[in-house]
Parts: sequence; C-alpha cells; structure tokens
Amino acid sequence: MASLTINGRQHELDVPDNMPLLWVIRDVVGMKGTKFGCGMAQCGACTVHIDGVATRSCVTPVSAVKGEVQTIEAMADDPVGKKVQQAWLDLGVAQCGYCQGGQIMNATGLLKSNPEPNSQEIIDAMAGNLCRCGTYNRILAAIERAAGKEVSS
Amino acid sequence: MSRSNDTLLLANVSRRGLLKGMAGASALLLAARWDAGLANEKAQFGAGAMPGGWIDNPNVFIHIDADGVVTFINNRAEMGQGIRTSLAMVAADELGADWDQVRVKQATADQEKYGNQNTDGSRSMRHWHEPMRRAGAAARLMLEQAAANQWGVPVSEVHAEVHKVVHSATGRELGFGELAESARELEVPGRNALVLKADSELRFIGKESGLVNGELKSAYPKAVDGEDIVTGKAVFGADVDLEGTLYAVIARPPVYGAGIKSVEDSAALEVPGVKKVIRIETADQPAAFNPLGGVAVVASNTWAAMEGRRALEIEWDMAAAGDNADYTSDAYRAALEKAAQSPGKVIRQSGDVDAALKDAEKRVSATYYMPHMAQSPMEPPVAVVRVKDGKAEAWAPVQNPRATRDGVAGILGLDRENVTVHQTLLGGGFGRKSKPDFVSEAARIAKEFEGQPVKLQWSREDDIQHAYFHAVSVDHLEAGLDAEGKATGWLHRTLSPSIASLFAPDPKHKGEFELGMGFNTMPFSIPSIRLENPPAPAHVRIGWFRSVYNLPHAWAIQSFAHEMAEAAGKDHRDYVLELLGPDREVHNLTVGDGWNYGEDPDLYPIDTARMRRVIERATEEAGWGRESQKGRGLGLAFHHSFVSYTAIVFDVEVDDAGELTIHRADIAFDCGPQANPERIRAQMEGACVMGIGIALKSEVTFQDGVAQQSNFDKYLIPRMPDAPKVVRVHLIDNPDDAMGGVGEPGLPPVAPALCNAIYAATGKRIRRLPVGDQLSG
Repeated sequence: MASLTINGRQHELDVPDNMPLLWVIRDVVGMKGTKFGCGMAQCGACTVHIDGVATRSCVTPVSAVKGEVQTIEAMADDPVGKKVQQAWLDLGVAQCGYCQGGQIMNATGLLKSNPEPNSQEIIDAMAGNLCRCGTYNRILAAIERAAGKEVSS
Repeated sequence: MSRSNDTLLLANVSRRGLLKGMAGASALLLAARWDAGLANEKAQFGAGAMPGGWIDNPNVFIHIDADGVVTFINNRAEMGQGIRTSLAMVAADELGADWDQVRVKQATADQEKYGNQNTDGSRSMRHWHEPMRRAGAAARLMLEQAAANQWGVPVSEVHAEVHKVVHSATGRELGFGELAESARELEVPGRNALVLKADSELRFIGKESGLVNGELKSAYPKAVDGEDIVTGKAVFGADVDLEGTLYAVIARPPVYGAGIKSVEDSAALEVPGVKKVIRIETADQPAAFNPLGGVAVVASNTWAAMEGRRALEIEWDMAAAGDNADYTSDAYRAALEKAAQSPGKVIRQSGDVDAALKDAEKRVSATYYMPHMAQSPMEPPVAVVRVKDGKAEAWAPVQNPRATRDGVAGILGLDRENVTVHQTLLGGGFGRKSKPDFVSEAARIAKEFEGQPVKLQWSREDDIQHAYFHAVSVDHLEAGLDAEGKATGWLHRTLSPSIASLFAPDPKHKGEFELGMGFNTMPFSIPSIRLENPPAPAHVRIGWFRSVYNLPHAWAIQSFAHEMAEAAGKDHRDYVLELLGPDREVHNLTVGDGWNYGEDPDLYPIDTARMRRVIERATEEAGWGRESQKGRGLGLAFHHSFVSYTAIVFDVEVDDAGELTIHRADIAFDCGPQANPERIRAQMEGACVMGIGIALKSEVTFQDGVAQQSNFDKYLIPRMPDAPKVVRVHLIDNPDDAMGGVGEPGLPPVAPALCNAIYAATGKRIRRLPVGDQLSG
C-alpha cells in the first residue's frame, strides 16, 4: 500500500513497491499528462516534481517517493509553471506536444531553483529532455521569456 | 453536395502560364488553380488522384451552433505539423469566422465521407487548402443567403463580415449563430457560384505571425491544441482512458520473420496483475502492416504487463527467418559498396558517360553511406481496441486511418463498416505511424476479451528494435571534369532495399516512387549522365521515414557536388549554380520520373530558377564568401523534394579536440503559396534539428538480424546542446507557383550541408553517416 500526495490530493494505492511512479500516475491514478517515452530516464517525457524538484517518474519506484508530487496538470496553479506555460504558448513552441509537458516540468523546476539562468545553464538543464520534433530553439527562447528576458535566439 | 465535375472556363488554358500572368487577381487565380482538382473521379494527379479524393461539402466539414461556435472537422492526422490549426485557419478565413469562436473536431476514419485521410507525403495543405477554402466560401454564401431570406432582400445586398452578415443599406446584422439553423436548410451552392476572397481580404492565410527569426512579430492566432498541450490535457493515443481497460505488451521475434518454438509463461502469470498470455501468429512474409507475431502479456496495468513480459521464457524459431537471421550491418555495407563498383539497372541515361569519364581532365569519385534509422516519435506506438458484438472500435495515433480500419477489420474478420477508428493526436509520426501494425496487434489481443478495451503499449525498446527502418543506403558517384573544372560526365549508382519489399516479393530495386525522390530528378545540366540502381535485398522491415529516399539521395549528391567544386578549385556556390545551368523547367517525364509526388508535372516541373533562388537567398543571408577563422566554415546544400525547394547554409566550428559547434543555420525555403507561415517556419526549424541528428548521431545496426540499439542511450537523437545556436528561416515570397509540401522538404539538405561545413572548417570529408566520433580521430 502506498500513500501519495499528487497535486495536493491524497491517494491510498494498492500497488507493488517497485512500480514506477509514472505508471502509478497514469494507469492507477488515471492522470494522463505525464508521458511515457523511454522507461529509463533518457528522454524526460515523464518528468514530475517531487517537492518542487524535477524528477523522472519512469525510474522512480513509488516506494521511494517521500515528498509531494506535482504533475503538469497542476502547473497552471503554480506561479512559475503558469509563466512557463504562457511563454510556450506565446512562442508557439509545441509541435506534436507529446514531450512538452515534461519539458515544461523540467523548465519550471529549473526556474524554481535558478530564476535567471543564462543560456548555457538552460541548455545544460534541458539536455535530458528529448524532443523529436526538434523544438529546442523555441524551448530555449520560451524559458528565457519566462525568466523575464526579451525574446532572442 | 454531389461531386460534380464543374470545370471552370479557364480549364483549357495553360494553367501555369496563366498563373504566372495573373498574380494579384487572387480570387480568379485560385479559381484557375482549382481545375486541377475539380475532376475528382478522373484526376490523374494531385488530391483528386488520391484514394477517396477530396470533398469540399461545407456540411461535412463545418458546423455552426446557435451560440455561434464554429466547429471544423479535421480529416488529417495531427502529428506536430499544426494541421488542425492551419486547415481550420484556411476555412475560417474564407468563412469569415472569429478565431476565438472556432473549435476543431477530429474526423473518424471514413474516406467516403471525408476524402483521403492518409497523412504522409507532405500533402495535407497542398491537397486540402482548396477544398477547405471552397467549403468556407460555400458556407459563407449560405449564411448570406439565409440572412437575405430573413430580411427579404436580394443576396447581392448583403455581405458577410467577421462572424456576422450585414445589410449595409439598413445597417441590419445577424450573427453566424443566429443564421446557422436556416442556412443549414439551404442547398449548397455550386462551385461556379463561389467567389473566393482576395488576398487583401484575408486575415490568416499567408500572414506572418508569432515568432519570426527570434522576434515575436504578432500574436499567433492561437493553436487549437496549444492550451491542452501545455496543461497536459491533450489526448494522445496513450491517453485514451476507457472504463475497464486491460493493458498489454508483446514480446516480438527478435529477427524479422522468426517464429516461436516454445513459450514458458508460468512465471509471467504469477506476476501480480497479469491476467493472460497469448501467442500471436507470425505474419506471412512480407509482413506489410500485419503484426510481427510474438507473445502478448495482458495485465491490469502497463507496468504489470511489462514485468510479465520480462518473466516470459521464449525460444524463438530462427530458421523461419531464413537469411534475415544472418543480417549484419558491417557485412551488408561492405557488400553494397562492392556492388556499387559494378554497373546496375540503368534508370536514366544521356550522352556517353564512359567516354566522358575516360576523356576527363580530372575524375572525382566517392561512395557515401547512410545507415538504418528508426523514426522513434516521442510517443511510441500505442493503440486501444474494443471488440464487442461483432463490431470493433479503435483509438490510435495513426497517420493512415483507412489502412488502420482495414487492418483491424482484416485481423478480426469483420467488414470495414463494422470498424470505427478514432484518430487521436499523434505524439510524433515521422512515417512510423503510417504503418498501423500496432493497431492490428491491439485488435488481435482484444479479440480475446469481448467487450473489454485493450491498450497495447510499445516500449521504446520495441519501437527501436522493431521499427519499419529507414533504408540503409550506399551511393557511389563518379564525375569527369574538363580543364576548366566544368562537369562533362556524371555517374551515380544508388543501392538501398526498397519499401516495396514490405508488400511483395523483394524487388531488390528501388521503385519509381523511391527513385523519384531526388535521384532521377537530379536537375544538374551535365552533357553525359548515367544513373544506375544495382540490387539491394531487404532483411528487415523497410518503411517510410520523414523525407524517405530523399535523405540518402540528397546526402550523396550534395556532398559530391561539393567534392567536385573542390576538385575544380571553385567556390561551392558558384560551382553548383553552374551545375544547375540556365534557368529552366525540367519536366519530370524527360528525366524518367513518372511519379512526381503524385503531382502534375505541367503544374509542378522541377524549376531550376526556384532552386537557384533558394541557394542565393540562403548563401546571402549566411554571408557566404566571408573569411572564416581557422576551424570555422560555411557549408551549403539544397534539394527539391515534395515539390518544394530548400537550401541550407550552416556556419560551424570544430575545435582541436573535434568538438563541433553549430553557430547558425540559414534555411531558404520555397513552397510556393504559404498557408500558415508560422508553422512553415516551425517545420523548417524542427527539420533542421532532426537532420542534425541524422548527420551526427542516429544509427541502428544489426548483428545476426537483431537490432543492436534499443533505447535513447545507444540510439542517439538530437538533444538541446546539438541544436544550432541560431536558426534563421527565409521564406521565399512566391504566390505564383502551385503549393508545395512543407513537412518533409526541410530535412534532406541538412546532413550534406552540415558535412560540407565540417569540411570547410576542417578539411575532413565525411562519407559515412553518422559523423559520430569521426571528427576526434
């Protein structure tokens, strides 16, 4: 039995200890914004926050989750997350959109720990999030915009 | 509305000549273009020649509610190209809809109702902007008529404005919502009665908006799925959530064609949550879009299914795979390179190449290699199917709904009419999801669970190891140059397994639809040319990958043209402009291409002037010819594909350790008229990054028939640090030609341009992709 707080809501869940948080969120809790992309922390599509820290849910056993989980569905209520989402919309970042929830979670995690990152810091922080559509230049510009910089790329 | 064959008066006049002479007369101009498609049933080319053709009935595509909300039915797969937004914009612009009141609903698979829905070949906007404009214009006319009827005035006295119809004489107005019900009762006007808006009346079509080369030009009319995507609400295939869903994964034969000898599933069945283990028959070869076979594990959640699969003990029958079980990449590459030294099937010939090469002052020769790749969209293949009472319903991210529907019907033994396919958003496609094998797999499993939805999930390992792989290729080129460095002879041999091997006994030669992707359509003006295609057998499933055979053809031809320029001691740009020769239209049939992406060669010839323009634009924007410091250089490549024209210049730097930095990419693109420039830019930017991956990182190799990479730790695709520091997209303003493709043409020139830039920076010639660690040696 696992007890999890996801987006402020408490869940008592009858799942095996080693079940990755990703599948608990998607298949058991039934929230679909957090995506499966690789299952081995190579792509970042599954990124959630645990106590505000960007975490790959696909390799995080549910038993290892000690803090409060937040997913992309909660970001509209998060002041930093909201800003990041808006920057994404302003700059037309998304193409297919499948990875973008994870990108936004990772970017929001970055801005929470480093509100004014320089370009290199953004690139380093985002290197673990794959986008097959190749939207990286716009992602970079959107994070800078969310951080209050003028658009330039 | 019946599919009438109303032809416009202009039909018999040379279309292209007419188009060129009529720029500016927008409404008439578009009408003139239409005749290409207006004979739907008889069309040889374009949208009308596609299965199902086009439909432009506004009652099929446009619904207006009493509250004024306008819902467009989108009949094309949304896989990141933005088609749900762009097609709706086209129809909304012509209709006069307020964008804030526009919604988009996805069509189910129904070719008879919605026309062709197969989303590949960079065709969606090219084939559907005209029907959508007609649908919008017809709906507008019906609203105007409804208002005129209500006011008892002639329709000529009323006109539609944004989301309303106005009677100027009296100042009366009625909103679209207020008119919707009575308009719906009216007869749909004939096509001859439609007058399309002039360019000056358009609000969206062809208008720049959003992010333009680093500057936020203006607010972008909001993308229809944008808000859902950033808030996690967008529904991709994997996100379909039905009550009582079972979750499945499949252990597939590691080698194409292998069968099952034995399965030990007792441990799998003990995994908590696992419900059933099912053997799935190996498909007959060639496999087409049928399941590969294997062993399915069905469970109460995806993780349990994966754990169950891990616990299976399967002995595979490798003998069934024949010589596919001997397939090894290094040996295959060596075999193709050897075969490339001997003559092959002649595809195109002019002059005497042997004599030209023999008499040449200087000879250039090179062989290029491009490996297998997996499309690997970020959303791995996934599908949900429910079988109940002799009917089936599928929810899946598919590019080809018709093939999906037929595949599900076939595997279940049902009539097509008893299968419903709901098309979700695609988390990327890139050609992988034009093959609906994964939906048929889900159907096969769901057959065992009457009434219960089954979600089949592919893991990333499944995706990379069992892709429909991009064809491995070897291209061998030889050229003869005279004393001035001018090309006198060109010999090109291309070797790749054919996609046709999926559907029929392996032809071992490329088909017309493969050669026509930049091989026989090579537009250089050289006195003697011979193009050959020696055989290359297929040992894995070969399938469409974004841009398809344009990738190896452009990579080889554009690299080789640079090698020729170097041998001639000439500037690369000057040299290729000379190779292109005088501005002219090369009719496809004259170079042995009867395919031309399905388009009419009279309307879409290979236009070397357009090629020249993109080369000039990209090089100018990049500052071609300027001095570069040591270790830095510019590289150029260009290509015609999907009836559009692209040129790219990269500015790169390679340090002493072999570390590559891509400072900038300048991309010039001409697709003729632009429907939504904002998304065209996005496609070019994305293709640039994807192409960098093709050039630098991506490769699937085989050992004894088994793919040696299985996840993104070994199958490398571009990450943010690989992207150019700056990407600039330069769209050529060309409303006068017919509309070309957008999704794919940006990709083919990327790898050769990047490798040419690497040569300029380092003097190191890349002839084998990916570049990998070749720069550090």
